[in-house]
Amino acid sequence: MTSGLCNVCLRNSLPFVDPEHPYSLEELKVVSEDSIEVDDKLSHVRVVFTPTVEHCSMATIIGLCIRVKLMRSLPSRFKVDILVAPGTHETEASINKQLNDKERVAAALENPNLLEIVEECLSPSFQTWT
Amino acid sequence: MELLDSNVDLKELQKLQGHADRVWGLAWNPAPHNCGGASAMLASCSGDKTLRIWQMGPTHRFDCSTILEDTHTRTVRSCAWSPCGKFLATASFDSTTAIWKYVGGDFECVATLEGHENEVKSVTWSSSGTFLATCSRDKTVWIWEVQPGDEYDCVAVLQGHSQDVKMVQWHPLVDVLVSVSYDNSIKVWAEDGDSDDWHCVQTLNEGSSGHASTVWSVAFNSSGDRMVTSSDDLTLKIWDTSSAISQTDTEGFASWRHLCTLSGYHGRTIFSAHWSSEGIIASGAGDDALCLFVEEKGNSIEEPSYRLLLKKEKAHDMDINSVRWNPKDQRILASASDDGTIKIWEVREIS
Repeated sequence: MTSGLCNVCLRNSLPFVDPEHPYSLEELKVVSEDSIEVDDKLSHVRVVFTPTVEHCSMATIIGLCIRVKLMRSLPSRFKVDILVAPGTHETEASINKQLNDKERVAAALENPNLLEIVEECLSPSFQTWT
Repeated sequence: MELLDSNVDLKELQKLQGHADRVWGLAWNPAPHNCGGASAMLASCSGDKTLRIWQMGPTHRFDCSTILEDTHTRTVRSCAWSPCGKFLATASFDSTTAIWKYVGGDFECVATLEGHENEVKSVTWSSSGTFLATCSRDKTVWIWEVQPGDEYDCVAVLQGHSQDVKMVQWHPLVDVLVSVSYDNSIKVWAEDGDSDDWHCVQTLNEGSSGHASTVWSVAFNSSGDRMVTSSDDLTLKIWDTSSAISQTDTEGFASWRHLCTLSGYHGRTIFSAHWSSEGIIASGAGDDALCLFVEEKGNSIEEPSYRLLLKKEKAHDMDINSVRWNPKDQRILASASDDGTIKIWEVREIS
């Protein structure tokens, strides 16, 4: 059951574009099946993602896109934690804190410029299916 | 009716629906009779950019009597009533704070407080009615003085927090302000007796037994000698200042010490905690649960401690953002959630 949900998460929710590279996050190994934990009983999902480079400036945007996509795909009972893979980014603690502060996320998504970037990343025309 | 000795349950009296997005904040009118003789009034604010006022009717059920919309252009994050009950302040992600006045059965926007650089997270009215305070992601706390003719002057812009300030709350008795932040600290602000300058008189951080992550809320008990803070570190902390010199001495309320930490009761960020006039602490968290705590009356030699009175799992379908006790009926509690609803609860003793 858990691995089935992992697959659903991965294949239906996450094959969207990294703004700097025209490939899906799975193709770029930013996320993989192993980096997603789903506990259906506890309604909990944890995604660990690896930014493409250590000082990747788009890490927060990637994290935000993952969050929005999951928010729109999963039932509302799910609690989602999104974390940068340990040791893969120089400001990992700061990014993790922002990505998991729902007030900060909500305010960010009310910013029309940021929302436009996120929507572009998530739009079907950008998706490449693996 | 000594609650400490009995078993209690939390009965859901009513579910208030209507908001089109998550409900962030709640505020009970402290003097509803001043608004056309209402028996109970609850304000709620939401991601749908509106504020709703719910009024208790003759059948003791709440109905939505007013919707304040088309003023804020983004999420309304927090709301607060003036002590006289005739004014309501709303703080928004649009960086403004609006002041509404009850005029002949309706609420009119009489002022807009501008100045914060980005999202305003919280607004609070002092019990003296003289001051308002707001805080923002811009890391500052602003103090506004209420002037005649619905004018509001900014008298201080307080810098000190190194990050986003999540909530501000005035002390119930004296003009002392507490702020809590994304920088994990709690700050106490007071006016310098001589110069009328506001400054930070105390900082409670991890070194002073403070929180290890974002502090989301602060609330005082009715006598003002204790306060409770809730955090992303999954704990509630109780702070005490009963070593205060005298009740009216501001300085007595500027020195707080850690009394006790409540941990293991919530599995996710605790967004809100509130203290009833009877001494029950209610907490609401991202685990969808609501908890009630009371002081353990034990051996007077030992340090005071608190125990869990009740935990209501799945109190809502999603995160609980705010819990507020009705100041006029100390057994009634309201909770607001990401699920867009507000629930009214009654604490009842069961034999």
